[in-house]
Amino acid sequence: MAAFEPVLSANFGKPESHTLAVYQAAGGYRALGKALRQLSPADVQGMVRTSGLRGRGGAGFPTGVKWSFLPKDHPGPIYFCLNGDESEPGTFVNRLQMENDPHQVLEGTILSCYATRASTAYLYVRYEYPLARRRMQAAVDEAYAAGYLGKNILGSGFALDAYVHCGAGAYVCGEETGLLESLEGRRAWPRIKPPFPAVQGLFRKPTVVNNVETAACVVHIVDRGVEWFRSMGVPPDPKVLGDVGSLGPKLYGLSGHVNRPGCYEGPLGLPCRQVIEEMGGGVWKDRRAKAVVPGGLSTGVLSAAELDLPLDFVGPTRAGCLGLGTACLVVLDETYPMFDFLYNSCRFFAEESCGQCTPCREGTHWSMMILERIKAGRGRLVDLDLLLEIGDQIGITPGTTICGLADGAAWPIKTTIRKFRGELEEYIRRTNPQGHLATEPVPACVEPCEAASG
Amino acid sequence: MAKITIDGRQFDVPDGRRINAIEAAGQAGVEIPHYCYHPGLSVVGSCRMCLVEVGTPDPKTGQVRVQPKLTPGCNLTVSDGMVVLTRSPKVQEARAMVEEDLLLRHPIDCPICDKAGECRLQDYFFRYGRAGRRTDLMPFSSRRRDLGDVTLFVDRCILCTRCVRFCAEVSGTSELMVTRRGAREEIDVVPGFPLRNNLSGNVVDLCPVGALGDKDFLYQQRVWFLRPHAAVCTGCATGCSIWVEENQDRIYRLRPRVNPHVNRWWMCNQGRYGYHHVHDPGRAAAPRRREGAAVSQPDWTVLVGELGERLRRAGRLGGVFSPYLSVEEAYLLATLLRSIDPGAVLAMGPVPAIAEDERYPDGFVVSAEKAPNRRGVEEVLAHFTGPVPGFEHFLDLVRRGEVQGAWVSGGYRDAWIGESAARRFEGLAVLIVQDLFPSPLWERADYALPAAAFAERDGSYVNRGDRLQTAAMAVRPPWGVRPEGGLYWELLGRRGLYDQRAVLDELSREILYFAVAAGPIPEVGVDLKLNRLAGSLEEKTA
Repeated sequence: MAAFEPVLSANFGKPESHTLAVYQAAGGYRALGKALRQLSPADVQGMVRTSGLRGRGGAGFPTGVKWSFLPKDHPGPIYFCLNGDESEPGTFVNRLQMENDPHQVLEGTILSCYATRASTAYLYVRYEYPLARRRMQAAVDEAYAAGYLGKNILGSGFALDAYVHCGAGAYVCGEETGLLESLEGRRAWPRIKPPFPAVQGLFRKPTVVNNVETAACVVHIVDRGVEWFRSMGVPPDPKVLGDVGSLGPKLYGLSGHVNRPGCYEGPLGLPCRQVIEEMGGGVWKDRRAKAVVPGGLSTGVLSAAELDLPLDFVGPTRAGCLGLGTACLVVLDETYPMFDFLYNSCRFFAEESCGQCTPCREGTHWSMMILERIKAGRGRLVDLDLLLEIGDQIGITPGTTICGLADGAAWPIKTTIRKFRGELEEYIRRTNPQGHLATEPVPACVEPCEAASG
Repeated sequence: MAKITIDGRQFDVPDGRRINAIEAAGQAGVEIPHYCYHPGLSVVGSCRMCLVEVGTPDPKTGQVRVQPKLTPGCNLTVSDGMVVLTRSPKVQEARAMVEEDLLLRHPIDCPICDKAGECRLQDYFFRYGRAGRRTDLMPFSSRRRDLGDVTLFVDRCILCTRCVRFCAEVSGTSELMVTRRGAREEIDVVPGFPLRNNLSGNVVDLCPVGALGDKDFLYQQRVWFLRPHAAVCTGCATGCSIWVEENQDRIYRLRPRVNPHVNRWWMCNQGRYGYHHVHDPGRAAAPRRREGAAVSQPDWTVLVGELGERLRRAGRLGGVFSPYLSVEEAYLLATLLRSIDPGAVLAMGPVPAIAEDERYPDGFVVSAEKAPNRRGVEEVLAHFTGPVPGFEHFLDLVRRGEVQGAWVSGGYRDAWIGESAARRFEGLAVLIVQDLFPSPLWERADYALPAAAFAERDGSYVNRGDRLQTAAMAVRPPWGVRPEGGLYWELLGRRGLYDQRAVLDELSREILYFAVAAGPIPEVGVDLKLNRLAGSLEEKTA
C-alpha cells in the first residue's frame, strides 16, 4: 500500500492556513466546483453512501444512510447543522480542524448541504472554542465574499446561507437533538425519538446533523473519489451481516502521558499501540502504559494487554469498550492511580447529565457520591459491586434513557472496575482500614442536598 | 380496527385513533405506570417509568420480533399486530430501577406531606419497587419555595416537568421553568414572573408527588378521610365536571373530574376555590318570619302550610328564578307558582357576567357568564311562559303593582341586590325570599328562607354548550335549611322524599328541549342538542 498522505490535516502548520487564499492555493473549493458543475445532489449522496463514510463524532453511523432518512420531495426548508460542540473528554481534533483549516470544514458543509438540499447551515461551535469560532466566522465571511455561500453559488443556482452559532458550555449539546434544542434557544434537553431529526429536526423541519470531521471527509470523497476513500481503512467483513467496514482517513488525537501528544492522521484501523509508539513517540519518562482510553472518555478504558486492538469501529468493542468513539486516545502511565481516573470520570458525567431522565440524572449522581465517599475514606469493597450494578442499570438495557450520555457514563465505570479491580480494592482498603468490609447500606448522598434541613 | 396484544391478551383499537401504549393498556385494564406522561400535555418521555417491551410483526414473514430496546409507552403509537409486554422481567427491572432512583434523594416527608395517600411515588414503590434497599435513608426534610399561587416543596420534586409544560401549553403563561442542570435541577419561576394565572391550581393536581402544594388545601385534611362526590362547578356557564371532596359534611377541596366534552382535565381557580361560602358562618341558617315589626323563627313544620296559604291569598304571583337553580328546582317552583296562579309571572333573576370569556391556548374557556344554569332555567321557564322576562322587567312589573306575591330565589355567592332594588318589593302582599346570605331584600322579606348551597343539593345544570350534567349532593346543609327541591316538592303536596331523578324524568317528558335527559345521564353529561330526528336516544353518549 502506498504511504499514507494526510488530507484532513494537510494544511495544519502552514502559515495563515485558515485563510481562503492559502486554502485555495492548495486546491481548496475544487471539490465544490466539481460537484456543482458535474454532479447532482443525488450523485453526491450516492458517492458518500458508497464510500462507506461513517460519522466521526463518536457514534459511527453511516453518513449516507443518515442522509437517506430525509423525506424525499420535501418542500423545505431542510437544515444542516455542523456539530462543532466537541466536548468528549480527550477529544480535540475538531478544534484543530476549525482553527487551522476552517475552509475545509466549510467546504465539506457546503457539499453536504448541496447533497441533502439543505438551504441553511448552522455551524454550532462550543463556547469554549473562541478561536475556532472566530476562524469559522471569518471563513464564512470570506466564502460569502468569494461566492461560495449565498445565492447562486458558482452560478449553479444552489443557494446556501451559513451561520456560526456559539454554544454555552454543556456536553449534552453535542447530542444531536440537544444541539437542536440549544440552537432553538432552549434548554439543551435531548428530544425523544421518534420523531428523528431527519423528519422533524431544527424548528421541526428535516435536519441533518454531522460532525466536523465527517463533513471534512465529504470534500475528499468528492475530490478524490470513492475508490480512493475505500482504499484506506478496514474493508467490510463478509462474515458479519450488515458490516460496512471502517473506511477512510481518521484524525487520531493523542494526549496524556506520551512524549508527543498531538493530532495525527492515518487510515482507520491502526492498532492502538502503533499510534502511541510511532506517532506519539511512546509513553513518556520511559514508563509503561497502564490504561488507555481509546476514543474519548465515554468509550471506557483498555488495559495494557489490549493495546494491539485496531482503532476501527469494531476493535475496541472486543475489549468491552463502547466503541471507537472519536479515536482520541488518552494514555495513562503506570504511576497513575485508576481511582483518580474513575473519580474524575464520574464527576464529569454527573456534572454534564442534562437531568431530564431519571436513570441518568440519578445514576450519575449516585456513582459520583459513592466515589466521593470512597475518597473521603469511607469506601467499602462492596461499593465496587454497587457501582457495577449502577453502571449496568443505566447503560446495559438499551432504550433506558433518552440519549447516550448515560451509556457514556456507564462504560468508564464498568471497564475500569472490571479491568483494574485489584488496584481499586487496594485503594479502598488503604483509605478505609476499619470499615472497608462493611456491607450494610449507607446513604446514597454524602450529605443532604444544599440547604436542605436535617 | 387495529388488533394489538398486551401481555398475551388481544384487544381492539378503533381505526383512525392514534393512541399510545399507556392509553391502550389503560383501556384494556392494564396499568403502565408513568409520571411525566399526561394526556393533556406534550409527550416528553423523561421519567422512563413507562418503559415496556414491544414487538412488531415483520412485514415479510409476519412473525413478531420483540425489540431488545425498551420503549417508553407514552411515545409508542399502537399499530396493528403490535405486541406489548408490560410485565416481563426486563420491564419489571426497569421500573424497579426508576423507582429506586427517584427515592435515592427523596426527603423522608411522608408524615408531613399532603400527597400521602394519593402519591404515585408511594403507590408505585409498593407495586413495582425493589424489595431490598441498596442505600440507606438520608433523613432530611424538603426546602420550601413560594411560587406565587402555589407553594413548592423543592426537594420532593421528581422533575417530571408536568407543571412546566402545563404553564407553557395550557395556561399559555410560562411562569414555571427548570433551573440548573443534572441532579441539581429545581423548579422555579422565571425571575419576575410569579405563578399567577386563573388555571394555576391545576399544577397541584398534575404533580405526581407532594412537591407542589395547594395553598388553600395545604395541611387541611388527610386525603384518605375525604369522600369524593361527582358534581358540577357552579362558578360559570362552562360547567366543569368536578369532585367535591368532603369529610363529615365539611368540604376540603374541589378537584376537576375528567370530562372530554367540557373541561377535559382542568378547572379554573375561581371555581376550584369557590366553595368557602358553603361554610361561611354568615350564611342564613334558619327561616325567619316578619309580621310588621315583629320577627319570629317559625318551625318548618308550620311554615310549609303557611307559605302555601299566603301564596294562595296573594293575588298575581311572580317568581324570580336564580340562574343557580337546578333545572329540577326551577321546574318544580314554576309548576308550584303556576298551579296556584296560572298567570304567574316567571322571570329570570340577574345573571352575573363579566365582559369577556377567558380563552386558553388548548381550548379551555372560563365563561364570562358567572352562573351555572342560566340556559337550563331559561328553557324550563320558556316552556311555561314563552319569552322569559328578565329581572329588570320583573322589577318594572312590581313597581306597577302587577305582581302581588313574589317568590325570589337567590343563591348567589356574592351580594346581588342593592337597597334601591330591594325597596321596590316593599308594597307586595307577600314577599318570600330564599337565599344563602342576608341582603337588603332578605331584610324586607315576609318569609326569609335559607337556601342550600350547590354542594348540598342534587341537581342538573345545562352549560353554555347545551350539555346537561347532574351534580350529586356532597354535604348536608346547616340544620335550619330546607333545600329548594325538597321544599317545592312538599309545597306541591307530593308524597315521600324529594326525588331529583323523578323530577328530571318528568320534565324531560314535558319539555322537548330536555327530551334526551329522559334516559340515564352518564358521568360526562348528555348533549341536549342531539338531532332527535337523525338518531336514536341511545346515541347521546357520543
